[in-house]
Amino acid sequence: MRYSYYPGCSLEGTAREYDVSTRAFLGALGVDLVDLPDWTCCGATAAPAVSRLLTLALPARNLALAEAAGEDLDILVPCSACYLNLKRAEEGVREGGETRREINEVLAEVGLTCRGTVRVRHLLDVLSRDLGGDLLKSRIRRSLSGLRIAPYYGCQCLRPYAEFDDPEDPRTMEPLIRATGAEVFPWNAGAHCCGASHMTTKPGIGIELVAGILEAAAGADAIVTVCPMCQMNLEAYQEKASKIRGRDLKATVLYLPQFLGLALGLSKEDVRLDLNLAVGEAFKVKAA
Amino acid sequence: MKHTTHDRSTASGVGSGLNTAEVLDDVKQMIQACIQCGTCSGSCPNEFAMDYTPRMLWRLVLRGEVEDIFSSRTFTLCSSCYTCTLRCPRSLPVTDAMAGLKQVAARLYPERYRPSVAFSRTFMESVRRHGRVDEMEFMFFYFASRRNPILPFQFAPMGMRLLSRGKVKLGLPGRGGKGMLEPIFRKVEAMESTP
Repeated sequence: MRYSYYPGCSLEGTAREYDVSTRAFLGALGVDLVDLPDWTCCGATAAPAVSRLLTLALPARNLALAEAAGEDLDILVPCSACYLNLKRAEEGVREGGETRREINEVLAEVGLTCRGTVRVRHLLDVLSRDLGGDLLKSRIRRSLSGLRIAPYYGCQCLRPYAEFDDPEDPRTMEPLIRATGAEVFPWNAGAHCCGASHMTTKPGIGIELVAGILEAAAGADAIVTVCPMCQMNLEAYQEKASKIRGRDLKATVLYLPQFLGLALGLSKEDVRLDLNLAVGEAFKVKAA
Repeated sequence: MKHTTHDRSTASGVGSGLNTAEVLDDVKQMIQACIQCGTCSGSCPNEFAMDYTPRMLWRLVLRGEVEDIFSSRTFTLCSSCYTCTLRCPRSLPVTDAMAGLKQVAARLYPERYRPSVAFSRTFMESVRRHGRVDEMEFMFFYFASRRNPILPFQFAPMGMRLLSRGKVKLGLPGRGGKGMLEPIFRKVEAMESTP
């Protein structure tokens, strides 16, 4: 299996462990990642608040680069915000008509054209549909039985494009978690919004959403995530959330490929568990 | 919520002849078929903090109540979770309509909506300069643009935690992406300022 790889800006900075663990986990399963050369920012959640056309053109530039690479590999994207932006551009170009014309009019300025021949895939899509729980199960080297894991999907890998999961009741992480020997923690906050950039621009409101999710996870041994924004919101503000709710809301939060990687026998150094902001000692003892 | 400033300042690259009602037309088109059922309001995770509910806001948009719309904080509270878009029985692009209002606010009322607009603007400026976002530089300019001397200190503990884990790059990105996106930004500005 071979994919074009678009890490996105966060994975070069605050979410480095997501990048490292994604590469290590997929590498251990024999999956080839081809780095997209000269990729640029997808526009994140900022572009849609500023300009409709920029929201399409910035990600489209990366699609055009992937097409120009010639192999028409699917583009694997670990960040949900990047995924949505790239996917939106892919759909815009596929639809054809005015949107495609506008996108290509902009891209012509940098000598590129987008034809819509490559598919954009979220990491979770690839893990659940191309790899799957059965394959993973056959490769487990360290059973993580006894752990109860809360799968947190967030928003933008599920909505608005219902590509690989049920956006109201997502389940794709469950077979992957069970493959490690762990149990799936039953909860209903897996597709709730973490507040995204509210934690920066409107912290008083963002913290309510974060606290709600952490409360729902009480009793789980860890929350696993598939988006740098969700991960940051759930791991970095636990003290503040505990304060406003008047109860201890500390929780272990890690990226899905970190968790799955440990089960494959990767070390905590291999998946850079040291970079996480909220991994409890009890979890480290049990899992790493 | 009351705003004392009535700015009509224009963003770079946007002509000064823009009329709010005209700019609002795109958003109006998107939600023309709204039946006021309230599914969007009932689905919204941020509704608890809004002044107008999303349903009420769409009614105001359809009626062209520009003053009411742009003295509301409702659209700035949309965190783009797309639950309303998913559930709208009329299949309207509800989240995109919220983004449309954010775009109008960024163009015509940047002072009223300073925190949100400053966040998006400084982010996009970092992208424009470097091709990729430098998170540290972006936060620095974001704090600077908020003109609130206390604000950076509220984020200092987290900054230190990131710094101690080597997650914050000191110094600007040296990837050679500099200026790579400039022609794209310039072209988009040109296309969006001529309706």
